Amino acid sequence: MVYGGSEAAHLFRRKFSALFMMQFMLLFSRQGKLRLQKWYVPLSDKEKKKITRELVQTVLARKPKMCSFLEWRDLKIVYKRYASLYFCCAIEDQDNELITLEIIHRYVELLDKYFGSVCELDIIFNFEKAYFILDEFLLGGEAQETSKKNVLKAIEQADLLQENIDFQMRLFAGRQRCRDPSQRAGGNWTHINTFSIIVILLIITL
Amino acid sequence: MSPSVPLQEMIRAIRSARTQCEERGVIQRECAAIRAQFRQTDNGGRSHNLAKLLYVHMLGYPAHFGQMECVRMIASPRYSEKRVGYLGAMMLLDEKQDASLLITNSIKNDLSHSNQYVQSLALCTLACMGSAEMCRDLAPEIDRLLRSSNSYIKKKAALCAVHIVRKVHDLGELFVPSARSLLSEKNHGVLHGAVVLITELCERSPETLERFRKTVPDLVQIMKGLVISGYSPDHDVAGVSDPFLQVRILRLLRILGRNNEAASDAMNDLLAQVATNTDSTKTVGNAVLYETVLTVLDIKSESGLRVLAVNILGRFLLNNDRNIRYIAMTSLQKIVSTDHNAVQRHRGTIVDCLKDQDASVKRRALELSLALVSASNIRSMMKELLIFLSSCPPELRAQAASGIFNAAERYAPSKRWHIDTILHVLTTAGGDVRDETVPNLIQLITNTSELHCYTVHKLYRALLTDISQQPLVQVACWCIGEYGDLLLKGECQETEAVQVTEDDVLDALEIVLQSHMSTPTTRGFALTATMKLSTRITDNVDRIRSIVSIYGSCIDVELQQRAVEYNALFKKYDHMRAAVLERMPVIQKNSLGQTNGELSEEPMKESQPGKVKQEETALPPQPAGQVVDLLDLLGGSQEPLQPGSSVGGSASTQLTAAPTSAGGDLLDLLGGFEPTPLAPAPTVTVYEKNGVTLTLSCEQQSESGLTVTLTASNSTDSDISGFTLQAAVPKSVQLQMRAPSRDSLPAHGGAKLTQLVVLNNPNKVNLKMRIRVSYTCQGSVVQDMVQVDSFPGL
Repeated sequence: MVYGGSEAAHLFRRKFSALFMMQFMLLFSRQGKLRLQKWYVPLSDKEKKKITRELVQTVLARKPKMCSFLEWRDLKIVYKRYASLYFCCAIEDQDNELITLEIIHRYVELLDKYFGSVCELDIIFNFEKAYFILDEFLLGGEAQETSKKNVLKAIEQADLLQENIDFQMRLFAGRQRCRDPSQRAGGNWTHINTFSIIVILLIITL
Repeated sequence: MSPSVPLQEMIRAIRSARTQCEERGVIQRECAAIRAQFRQTDNGGRSHNLAKLLYVHMLGYPAHFGQMECVRMIASPRYSEKRVGYLGAMMLLDEKQDASLLITNSIKNDLSHSNQYVQSLALCTLACMGSAEMCRDLAPEIDRLLRSSNSYIKKKAALCAVHIVRKVHDLGELFVPSARSLLSEKNHGVLHGAVVLITELCERSPETLERFRKTVPDLVQIMKGLVISGYSPDHDVAGVSDPFLQVRILRLLRILGRNNEAASDAMNDLLAQVATNTDSTKTVGNAVLYETVLTVLDIKSESGLRVLAVNILGRFLLNNDRNIRYIAMTSLQKIVSTDHNAVQRHRGTIVDCLKDQDASVKRRALELSLALVSASNIRSMMKELLIFLSSCPPELRAQAASGIFNAAERYAPSKRWHIDTILHVLTTAGGDVRDETVPNLIQLITNTSELHCYTVHKLYRALLTDISQQPLVQVACWCIGEYGDLLLKGECQETEAVQVTEDDVLDALEIVLQSHMSTPTTRGFALTATMKLSTRITDNVDRIRSIVSIYGSCIDVELQQRAVEYNALFKKYDHMRAAVLERMPVIQKNSLGQTNGELSEEPMKESQPGKVKQEETALPPQPAGQVVDLLDLLGGSQEPLQPGSSVGGSASTQLTAAPTSAGGDLLDLLGGFEPTPLAPAPTVTVYEKNGVTLTLSCEQQSESGLTVTLTASNSTDSDISGFTLQAAVPKSVQLQMRAPSRDSLPAHGGAKLTQLVVLNNPNKVNLKMRIRVSYTCQGSVVQDMVQVDSFPGL
């Protein structure tokens, strides 16, 4: 157990005095490389870096058979290792550590279902998708959907939305027409541009 | 969803960099490209660019130039760009950045978007990084969404509302009605969000808590449904139906049932049901059981339920899973003061956890063990705790040591056991004990006069073994100094005696003095101890003299001062040395950390050498032998008068623990040596001869206490030197002479000499005083005596 310096201890008590709350979640490799960071409390970049560095060191120093919970500054840290990745959550003093372990497990299950037998490389190369999945499962640090199926369905739909150009055009036309003429013009401009270049080329060759 | 090729290529390029320098080069190039792309107008790859930047940011490189791009992307009509834009906003913009305010408008628009996934992006971002202003602006929108018919949006809006309430407490009022209606939803996600929202509202405001107490029956109903209902594939986790929701409901019930009999009654049955029906073989079942136990222990539950809860914790303690054991101990810690007996039953298991490999478990076990120590189990518990102390991780040492001291102080079965325990702790963890341990231990040792011999032998042995633990060395030096004669006698009833010579003892002290491991404080102890031994040993006084004189030129000011004063004691005041260095009196047992009298600022160990210093500077040059003479002088008189004693001499009567009435004076002794200022009291001239005048004035201090001030002056033509006063009083009166202001009287009344005499007359006998004056004038010694029968002002 390591008690960190008291410099940043006040950080967590500043604006947030909720009793039950996840403050942040970190994913990092066994070499200490950060793979995902989700912060639910407002901290400066420098503070975040400092906390990450210290916490990563602390967790990596733990031996394999040790307890999944540790007290760090005035927070409780719940961590679990899945293959080569450490999943680490910081929760408040009054929170239930065991259910946080379940939350971590649920997130891993979602990643696994989505990527199909997920491994660290999936999360490295598709980090933005890992975030999207997390954001569909947790909102503001709390679980928003307790059914695995529903979370996966929502992500699927959102992905389809991204892919579906028709849908986009409908979106594009529906709401944004009045508001962003430059954008629309820009969009059309590319089509017109290509067409006009072809015409000009034709004229030149002829 | 197809992967972003540009992004993946960049990631591959960065990962293939072999050195940090190479990586930085790649990243700089990429960032330059990204910046250039940002400046261009719309192209298809905007989202890829921002994603690249976010990756670079995660690696730890600066990415603030992407903030405006995030703002632009959020405003884009394309969903893919919005998605990455909002992600960027959550990563790069927090409420501290000014740019975060710029997205408020976009969020507002997106909250009313026709597509729920766009709405969800906005809700997610607001709940993650919404500042107080943004929350205030958008709260009405969120409230509207709470009432929409779309469950997907409702559940997100509920959690967004939670964030708003956390940021701006007053806005809680706004959400109360919608929160209430959400409880009747069937959708688990919405229900979960509603319960979290209600929990947050109740925590923030007691009035809201009162209002929501009425929902307890509804919550109980929902919970029953979850527990009893059959298998529901959507929400089942290892046999437990929607554990996340169950835990949340239990938590809300806890808050509602706290300090409220009616609410607690309503949930009793349910809690019993959950406690008995939940499968505890998997972690998820244990999570629910844990929350149930916390709730039961916090509300006003009936005793049967409490017993059930503690039993569950007991079962947890025996679980193979270390996490569960840790949880159990955390909870037991919370109830150890209220349900002490119930927790005592599990003492064995808890003590076993002291030997666990995990430091977190050890810490918990230590705290709980210390809380469970009582008079009946002190011996066995202390054994375990001392074993733990010898092998515990360094960060727990200080806590363990102080815990052991407290326990030993409260429940020590015998003095010897107490001293042994403290010595054991000092040998194993001497470096981690608090500062006041040393004076406390010294106080304990002086109070246990029957064990002085035992203690000094034990400490001497400890000193020989190891001089690195400073508190132990300090106490050992002090004891050797005080009880060196007992050590040299070489016999002891309690333990095997050490056969030492005087040289051995002095060697040991000298080693401490010279060792580089000794702190200046320890050296001070050792020097004083060496000095004290000069009166307790017979042969090697010269050796002590030489040691002391060496330190007269020590660099450390404290040591130098001591050495110089001890030197003076050897040279000028040798006749007083025996009296000054007598055994210490029994120290009055005050509360921890305090010292007697006005020396409350300095720790005890400083005050002891301090006393010695002050004694020798303050004492008049009174030959010690004079006390005997006075007795002879007074031998023939009718009233047996008690001889006046010098300051050092009164200390010698305190050798045994038999409290004499002079103990009261002792407190005055430790209180300081400054003579109290002369009160304008009536004075009477008691002696006048040969130009020397002695006046007396007295002042009643308390019912039996009296301060007499003697003032001497010289009206002759020649100086008087070596002026001393001695006083004798009736037997039942206690007398104490303070230091005189000076010991010479210049001619023609140049200066006056004042001396204070403190009397204590508890039996209220007729007060008389015999004063003996002696001085040297013009080379001849003059001695005279006068008796005072009546005191002015009495």
